[in-house]
Amino acid sequence: MDRSYPRSRKLASVVAVAAAAALTLAGCSSSSGGKDAEEGGANASAGKADTPRMTVALVTHQSPGDTFWDIVRKGAEAAAAKDNIKLIYSADPNAGSQANLVQNAIDQKVDGIAITLAKPDALKDVVSKAKAQNIPVVGLNSGVSEWQKLGLTEFFGQDETVAGEALGKRLNESGAKKAVCVIQEQGNIGLTQRCDGVKKTFEGDLETLNVNGTDMPSVKSTITAKLKTDSDIDYVVALGAPFALTSVQSVSEAGSKAKVATFDLNKDLTKSISKGDIEFAVDQQPYLQGYLAIDSLWLYKNNGNYMGGGEAPVLTGPAFVDKSNVETIDKFAAKGTR
Amino acid sequence: MSMTRQAEPAVTPPPAPGPGKETDGRTARRPLALRLLARPEVGVFLGAVAVLVFFLVTAPAVRDGSSMANILYQSSTIGIMALPVALLMIGGEFDLSAGVAVITSALTASMVSYQLTMNVWVGVIVALVVSLGVGLFNGWMLVKTGLPSFLVTLGTFLILQGVNLAVTKLVTGNVATDDISDMDGFDQAKALFASSFEVGGVNVKITVVWWLVFAALATWVLLRTKYGNWIFAVGGNKDSARAVGVPVTFTKISLFMLVGFGAWFVGMHQLFSFNTVQSGEGVGQELIYIAAAVIGGCLLTGGAGSAIGPVFGAFMFGMVQQGIVYAGWNPDWFKAFLGVMLLGAVLINQWVQRTATRR
Repeated sequence: MDRSYPRSRKLASVVAVAAAAALTLAGCSSSSGGKDAEEGGANASAGKADTPRMTVALVTHQSPGDTFWDIVRKGAEAAAAKDNIKLIYSADPNAGSQANLVQNAIDQKVDGIAITLAKPDALKDVVSKAKAQNIPVVGLNSGVSEWQKLGLTEFFGQDETVAGEALGKRLNESGAKKAVCVIQEQGNIGLTQRCDGVKKTFEGDLETLNVNGTDMPSVKSTITAKLKTDSDIDYVVALGAPFALTSVQSVSEAGSKAKVATFDLNKDLTKSISKGDIEFAVDQQPYLQGYLAIDSLWLYKNNGNYMGGGEAPVLTGPAFVDKSNVETIDKFAAKGTR
Repeated sequence: MSMTRQAEPAVTPPPAPGPGKETDGRTARRPLALRLLARPEVGVFLGAVAVLVFFLVTAPAVRDGSSMANILYQSSTIGIMALPVALLMIGGEFDLSAGVAVITSALTASMVSYQLTMNVWVGVIVALVVSLGVGLFNGWMLVKTGLPSFLVTLGTFLILQGVNLAVTKLVTGNVATDDISDMDGFDQAKALFASSFEVGGVNVKITVVWWLVFAALATWVLLRTKYGNWIFAVGGNKDSARAVGVPVTFTKISLFMLVGFGAWFVGMHQLFSFNTVQSGEGVGQELIYIAAAVIGGCLLTGGAGSAIGPVFGAFMFGMVQQGIVYAGWNPDWFKAFLGVMLLGAVLINQWVQRTATRR
C-alpha cells in the first residue's frame, strides 16, 4: 500500500487549495442582492381555532421539486395551523403509489382526506374505502370533471380546459395570429387539456411543442429551434412559470418577435411581468386550493358545511395576472405563497 | 490490451506505412480503410455525418448558421458531461448519479451565495468542492466495498435526489433557489460559464468552445499520457492492471471525481444562464450522458473507447432532438427514435469492429 501515500497527499492538497480559495473569497461578500436584500414580509395569519385537534391527510400527485406544488402545500399548512389541524402531507406522481398513500391515511384513521385526481380511476377504490370508514374526502387541483363521480364532497381547483379557453380568448384580444403551446411533460393530461382549451377559443393557429422539462438547456434550445423554423409565431404559451422564464430567453435568442404568456406563477415570474418580459399569466391560485381543501374539512367536521353545496366545484382560477395588477401580487409571490 | 491502442496514431494515421520502426515483418499491415474502421469513433462519426446530412436535406431550417449554433449548444451541454462519463466507462465503471449531481452543484452554488450574501464566486468554489466530494464518495465507496458501480451510484443518485429537494426546501423555504442575477460576481461567472459570442453574424455559446477544449484535452490525456494508459488498463482488466503496477484505486476514484468536475461545470452553466434552479431537475439526464458515450463507441464493459467518439455521440443527440423540431415532425416519437438510434449505433459499432479486426 505504498502507493496510497502520495495519492492521499495529492487529494489533501487539492482540498486544501480549494478551501484556501474559498476562504480568500469569503472576504468579499456581495454588495447587491442575496438574502440580506430580501424584504421580510409577515406571513398570512388569522389566529388559531380552539376546536379539538384533528388530523387531515393531503395526498397529491406532485413530482419532487416542482415550485407549483410547494405553493399548494404552503396554503394547506397555513389552513392547518389556523384550524388546529395536524397535517400529514404525502405525494407520489405514480397513480398506484398515490392510492397506497391514501390507504395509508385511512389506516391512520385521519379525520379527513384531501386528494388530487390526476388519474381518477386508480383512486376510485381507496376513495370508496375511505367513505366506508366515514372519512370525508375532498378533491383539489385536478379532476374537476371526475370528483362527483367518485363521490367526493367538495372540489377546489380550476377547470384546465376552461383556463385554456380563457387564455385563448385573451390571445384573440391581443391580436395574436400564431401561437405555440409548450408542454414540459409528455402525457400529462392536465397540460394537454390546457393546450386543447386554448385551441378551442383561439382564432389563430396553435401548435404544440413537447420539451424535456427536467433539462432546462434542452427546453431553451428546443423553443429557440421552433421559433427559428417559424418566424410567424407571435405568442409562446408556456404551461409553468420556470418554462415561461426560459421561453423569454429563447425568444431573444431566436430574434423572434413573439410574446410570452403562461399558466401559473412564481416569484421570478411576477418580476418578469412587471418588467414587461412576459405579457400575462393565468393563475389558478394553488395556495388557495391547498388552503380551502384543508379549511373545508375543518368546516365539515365542526359545522357540517360543504362549499359548492356538493354540486358544483369551487373554482380558484383562471385569474389573470398582468402589468395592471402585478404590483399587488408581487409581494405575496416574493414569499413563495402566490 | 491498452498498449496496442496506445501505439495507434491519434486521429489521422500516416497515409503510407513508410519505413517506420513498427514494420518488423511480423505483422502484415492491414489496409488503411480497415484500420480506420477498427477505431471506435469512426462508426459514430459516420453516423453523425449521416444524421447531419439527413436533416440538412429534410429540414431546410437546419442549413441556417444560427440553427447549427443552437444544435451545437444543445449538444455541448450533453457533451461536456458525456466526456468524463465516457472516460469513466473506459475505466470500467459508470455513474447513475451524474444527472442529479449537475443540479446538486447548481443548487449548492446558488444557495451558498444567496443565503450568506457572498460574492457568487464563493458559491462556485464551494460547489466545486461539493461536486468533487460526491465523485470522491462514489469512487471511495466503490473501491472500499467492492460493490458494482451500478449499486453505489444508484444509491448516490437517490441520496442526491432527496438531498437536493430537502435541503433546498429547508434553506430557502421553497423548492427552487432564489434569483442571484443581481449579485456581485454574477457577470464574471456568466462570462465564463454561460456567455456567447458572434462568429460571422452567428451567436455561438461559450459551452461549445469549452466542450471542444475539454474533448481535445481528454483525447490528449487518453492517448498521450500515462494516466490515459491507466484508464484503459483498469477498464480492461483490473487485476492484471494492478499486477503490472497501475494504481487502480487512484485511477477509479479520480475518474469519478472527473465526472464530479463535469457535473460542476454543467451545473454552473445552468445556474448562470437561468439564474435560478428547480430542485427536481436533472433526473433522467444520467442516462442521456451514458447513451451519448455508448453511441460514441465506449463499451459498457470498459477497456475500449475514445474521447472524440462521445463528442459525435452528443452531437447526434443534439442534432436529432433539435432536427425533429426544425423539420416540424411530431416530437412524441423523439424518445423512440433515440432508442432505435442507440441500438443501431451499438450494433453497427459491433459489426464494424468485428469486420475490421478480422484478418
